[in-house]
Amino acid sequence: MLLTVDHVTRYHYDQPVRGVVQSHRLTPSAFDGQRVVSWSVTVSDATKGAQVRDGAGDALQSWTIKGPVSVVEVRVQGTVETIDLAGVLRGHRESVPPDAYLRDTPATAADLALRGLAAAAKGAEGPLAVAHALAGAVAEAIVYRPGVTEARTTAAEALALGEGVCQDHAHALIAVARVAGLPARYVSGYLFADQDGAPHEAAHAWAELYVAGLGWVGFDPANRCCPDARYIRLGSGYDAQDAAPIRGVARGPGHEALEVSVTVTEAAAQTQSQQ
Amino acid sequence: MTTYFNEMYQGKSVRAPYARLEDWMKSMPAELRHMKQAEAEALFRRIGITFAVYGEGGDPDRLIPFDMFPRVFTGLEWSRLERGIKQRARALNAFLVDIYGRGEIIRAGRIPSRLIYQNAAYEKAVAGFRPPKGVYSHIVGIDLVRTGPDDFFVLEDNCRTPSGVSYMLENREIMMRMFPDLFRENRIQPVEHYPEQLRRTFASVAPDKCDGEPTVVILTPGHFNSAYYEHSFLADLMGVELVEGQDLFAEGGFVWMRTTQGPRRVDVIYRRIDDAFIDPLCFRPDSMLGVPGLMDVYRSGGVTICSAPGAGVADDKAVYTFVPEMIRFYLGEEPILQNVPTWQCGKSDDLKYVLEHLAELVVKEVHGSGGYGMLVGPKSTKDEVEAFRARIIADPGNYIAQPTLALSTTPTFVAEGIAPRHVDLRPYCLVGERIELVPGGLTRVALTEGSLVVNSSQGGGVKDTWVLAE
Repeated sequence: MLLTVDHVTRYHYDQPVRGVVQSHRLTPSAFDGQRVVSWSVTVSDATKGAQVRDGAGDALQSWTIKGPVSVVEVRVQGTVETIDLAGVLRGHRESVPPDAYLRDTPATAADLALRGLAAAAKGAEGPLAVAHALAGAVAEAIVYRPGVTEARTTAAEALALGEGVCQDHAHALIAVARVAGLPARYVSGYLFADQDGAPHEAAHAWAELYVAGLGWVGFDPANRCCPDARYIRLGSGYDAQDAAPIRGVARGPGHEALEVSVTVTEAAAQTQSQQ
Repeated sequence: MTTYFNEMYQGKSVRAPYARLEDWMKSMPAELRHMKQAEAEALFRRIGITFAVYGEGGDPDRLIPFDMFPRVFTGLEWSRLERGIKQRARALNAFLVDIYGRGEIIRAGRIPSRLIYQNAAYEKAVAGFRPPKGVYSHIVGIDLVRTGPDDFFVLEDNCRTPSGVSYMLENREIMMRMFPDLFRENRIQPVEHYPEQLRRTFASVAPDKCDGEPTVVILTPGHFNSAYYEHSFLADLMGVELVEGQDLFAEGGFVWMRTTQGPRRVDVIYRRIDDAFIDPLCFRPDSMLGVPGLMDVYRSGGVTICSAPGAGVADDKAVYTFVPEMIRFYLGEEPILQNVPTWQCGKSDDLKYVLEHLAELVVKEVHGSGGYGMLVGPKSTKDEVEAFRARIIADPGNYIAQPTLALSTTPTFVAEGIAPRHVDLRPYCLVGERIELVPGGLTRVALTEGSLVVNSSQGGGVKDTWVLAE
């Protein structure tokens, strides 16, 4: 698929701030399932800072915005060609060993209920079957419903509520996977919500579980599937905060309000030149 | 009855390094001694050195008792220690480069993967990144105890930001001021060049992008930190700026310091702030102490951070057990300094042994420090031992146990005169382009009779440490 992304994030400060520093994880991952056709990130009135590919293979880019400033706009525009690899993250270069993703964070710590949920994988043979069983169990246990959870909701809290959004699904799946001894991590990216009216946001998140023999495999409990050609992967982390596409700090007393709009559309088929 | 090695007396005879100290000791009647002790305390107060050693907490305004009786090593004793310490510092750094690189020691099955990659101090943020000159731990503080003329054991390694070196320097300066004659009669190797050596070490690990003389700064959490005195003291002696997070900013791929003459590029940051707080964009988002964007600059080679983020894996108490293995694996050498035999309560066989021998052992929390949360079996009541037993059973993985070591004693001034008291030693090994070690360190002394706990929070004091020239 050829997917076109237009993603605008606007920070409004009620009082001008002295300056803003951001670190972005906003570049599509380099792996066999996706190829960047064009991609640009612009930040209003900003200076480009350090650029680095981290150990998890994510492209990080720092930005500095000199104040006083009241509005900061981050705009991501681009087109990515994707293919369906059934969730397998093939051809992705990274240095962090999978075992590092067995560590809990407050957002993904397993309580008794999550441990109970992990038992859903009993009887499943082999890590891939376990992973599928767990993803299915999480999808059953947490119904998609926006507005009931917020950014700081933990996996345990979301399971107790029985409702949540893609972030909660991903956190819960990570928690139960780690209980089952499978390394698991949070992935942020974009999703092309197709014509059948699937309601899930275009700014999306899912989980990757490490399956010996296959490597990292994505699972999206929110949509009960593995990432395919509709998905664009940006980066990963222990949890949502660690994998956030934008992390920033503003200097000054100003209170911050956030406005986000994301559209992912299928680009018009383009004629490829043949050689 | 345990016998303890007395570093000054072997029976009635005086060991060589202390030969000239007996007369000095005898020439000091109680009255003069009290006077001198008061003078020393006044000097310490005036300097303002009152912080708790090794970040042990406690009252920041409390003065740590200074004992005037020096602790002495011969040049020969020291040269063996020096080789052992440098060997260990090399191996610890090789280990850090390896586990953030290819992880050969884990692939070879010499250390369990779990201990490293699930360690709270492991930072995946620096996986695959090699810091300048391949150095993670630029100051390795190695805590040593002695049990015999040639028997030294490493208690623990400190690879992040070992504190206390200001005591090493101040203890020496105050001794020289109060007893200049002693320094004429004994050929004592100097330690005063430590700050210059430290500065050179930092300069030697400046990033490749640095052109010209590297700008080094010390990054402190601020004056409320218990070791702030040491931060400002070292900045002064090195002739570098002492800064807080808000004095620095990341821009255009570099880190800059705000100065009255405008921004000045910073090449090397000696940070006395924990990993979790150094960059809110990479680690704890609520940290006000760090520099936003620092880690991106660091990983793109724009600045060097000392110690390197992630260095803490090497000084974890459970990883400690494997240091002799690291020395063999990376250096192909046998360890010169021995580890204390350690039982991991997380292993069932070890746990069984520990629970059966609790009254003879020292038990520590894996991540504890400062002598808190530990049990010294032989010095504890039955009830204390039983209470601790319950804690170990509740969370075995959180505890390690070691035999109670017969720590050596050195003569120490106490209320009744002079008496042997138990001591340990922390030398500070510097690792940059070269590995250096000033002849000396910080000797801590347990001032309470019979006590084996030298921590200042538990009634410990400090001494000047001499290494004699051969």
